[in-house]
Amino acid sequence: MAAGVFGLRDRAAGAALAAGLATLILGTLIAVALQARGLSGLGPWDWRAVWFTLWQAALSAALSALLAVPVARALARRRFPGRAALVTLLGAPFILPVIVAIMGLIAVFGRNGALNDGLRLIGLPEFSVYGWQGVILAHVFFNLPLSVRLILQGWQAIPAERFRLAESLGFGPADIARHLERPMLRAVLPGVWLAVFLVCLTSFTVALALGGGPSATTVELAIYQAFRFDFDLGRAATLGLVQIGLCVAAMGLARWIAVPAAFGAGIASQQGPRGPRGWRVGADIAAILLAAGFLLWPILAVTIQGLPRIPLLPPEVWQATLRSVVMALVSAVLSISLGLVLALSIARGRAAWIELAGMLPLVASPLVLGTGLFILLRGWLSPDDMALPVTVAINAIMALPFGLRSLIPAARDLRADYGRLAESLNLHGMARLRYLTLPRLARPLGFAGGLAAALAMGDLGVITLFATNDPTLPLKLYQLMNSYRMQDAAACAVLLMAISFLLFWLFDRGGRLA
Amino acid sequence: MLELSDIHVARGDFALAADLRIAPGARVAIIGPSGSGKSTLLSLIGGFLTPQRGQVSWQGTDLLPLSPGQRPVSFLFQDQNLFPHLSVAQNVGLGLRPDLRLGPDQQAQVQDALTQVGLRDMGPRKPENLSGGQQSRVALARVLLRARPILLLDEPFSALGPALKSEMLALLGRIADRTRATVLMVTHDPGDARAFADQTIVVDQGRAEAPQPTQALLDNPPAALRAYLG
Repeated sequence: MAAGVFGLRDRAAGAALAAGLATLILGTLIAVALQARGLSGLGPWDWRAVWFTLWQAALSAALSALLAVPVARALARRRFPGRAALVTLLGAPFILPVIVAIMGLIAVFGRNGALNDGLRLIGLPEFSVYGWQGVILAHVFFNLPLSVRLILQGWQAIPAERFRLAESLGFGPADIARHLERPMLRAVLPGVWLAVFLVCLTSFTVALALGGGPSATTVELAIYQAFRFDFDLGRAATLGLVQIGLCVAAMGLARWIAVPAAFGAGIASQQGPRGPRGWRVGADIAAILLAAGFLLWPILAVTIQGLPRIPLLPPEVWQATLRSVVMALVSAVLSISLGLVLALSIARGRAAWIELAGMLPLVASPLVLGTGLFILLRGWLSPDDMALPVTVAINAIMALPFGLRSLIPAARDLRADYGRLAESLNLHGMARLRYLTLPRLARPLGFAGGLAAALAMGDLGVITLFATNDPTLPLKLYQLMNSYRMQDAAACAVLLMAISFLLFWLFDRGGRLA
Repeated sequence: MLELSDIHVARGDFALAADLRIAPGARVAIIGPSGSGKSTLLSLIGGFLTPQRGQVSWQGTDLLPLSPGQRPVSFLFQDQNLFPHLSVAQNVGLGLRPDLRLGPDQQAQVQDALTQVGLRDMGPRKPENLSGGQQSRVALARVLLRARPILLLDEPFSALGPALKSEMLALLGRIADRTRATVLMVTHDPGDARAFADQTIVVDQGRAEAPQPTQALLDNPPAALRAYLG
């Protein structure tokens, strides 16, 4: 009977975890709802935050999607050395810590940055990176690459035969655009727009560092301010409900518009369409150079500024670094353990609600969860005690949907390919985990772990709610920025970026080698 | 005695009924058109499928409550009989202990089984470094070690060439002799049935018939079987 018991235990574990996750998230949301005071509790300031959240997300999404089109087209129809590296690089912002990118944008677009030096030189008014324009600039920085990858996928999905047919019919670039490219874009762009819109809807770190004030406060930032500055839990909770409402409504849009998978595809090396000659060559080169420059320049600027100063960083930065690395590792292990059990349950089929539970984190923003957990735990723990555990837990949960996207298909394949063989050999429990599941799922587990570790490492979100004496590295970086120690902040940023990428690389590589 | 009494399975348009007995130690071929339910019959005995109605028993023991791994059954599938990430020796060792905690004598048993199928030095290799025929031998070595009284084969050698296939059937025959197993083998090839099985079950039009002597059946096939054999 051992196998039966183990089988039952496997099955129960998945359901129990999913139920636990759903209880945690929904319970937290209910705690928030009970604390909330009804919409009448919100002042005009709060409604401005709602309005700003909506229009900045809409505008950021529109700009990212539209600017991505020429870049994706250039990448689709030109072949050049470094193209593959560039497309890979376009995936990097996903795991680039937001606060690092902000440092980079300040280095280029800030008061003393190259842009304003140039503007001053030709006598034009300065550009301020703070305020709504800075928020949108940062959102485009993060989401333009994502959009390019998603649109490039659309281009590559046009069958090569169709381009050949177009060529044999003597189509010019305008004809190709009309008959092949525009129909594809009409199908792809709404999904790209919605994907970016969803990301920007829960934007916190960008608004925290570059926004603020009446004209550039998002709902997430307003929750933080209500919580931290006014300690008005009722208002924070009410805003949390508004944030959930926004997310649910936006997810509802996804019923009509298919949202593409998060990171976009890699590149097929197959020969794509041949690009037209003439002035369009120059235009394509310009599009690629501008996009690459926009992406790389801020990162290079902050690296040049910060790298030499890393050895001079004060000891508390190194303590924060160690703390962050440990937290990121715990978060990653939690996240992939949870993801693995859920994916195996989902692969067994039947229980659609388990999959739903795994995707729940997408509607719950980190700040809302943080507020809810604080409300639930405040009777037992001091804010200082709960800061790090709550941060670790929320980061693990927030990374879960991304991990599940790679784990679920792999778990389904595993079951289809080897499920019957394992059953017939009575391979169950730990033996099955060790000799079948872990070896076969090492790649997606490594990838999911890398994402979770990098996201946790770079996250500057829920930790800001708690006035903790043990800051994480991103929080330490933010504190340095706020005290205008920009040299140290830049060094911190380089360190944080390097560790985030290294963690991702180690996990991902480990999964491939296993 | 392997008994299938009053079995009825239905899934959508597909249905299969069976009511038959197979003597211990018998070698039985299962033939019939594609989609007639040959593999379904094996899945029923192997435990991958529960019938809506009826009984499956072996030597008087009801098999239905048992999971596939608990049944007195070894199963060779059409493909995916080996785990590609485990070594040949590990793949065989799973037949002794699924947790692979093998003592020295058990490791000797694994080595012995590999020697008997002609793969003496292949233990440390991965399946991908073996030919198709050698991979079949690894799976057969595991069958030999598990020594379960019932052996179910779902066209396991269909990807092999004719010479290799008859070699495998001969090896299979020796292993079945050694373990005194009752063998049920799905096949598309009446030649396999003649060569290996003294009895044959015809599956057609939603029914698995009782086993009949292979020679007589194939020499003088009923109308439906003749249409299938061509």
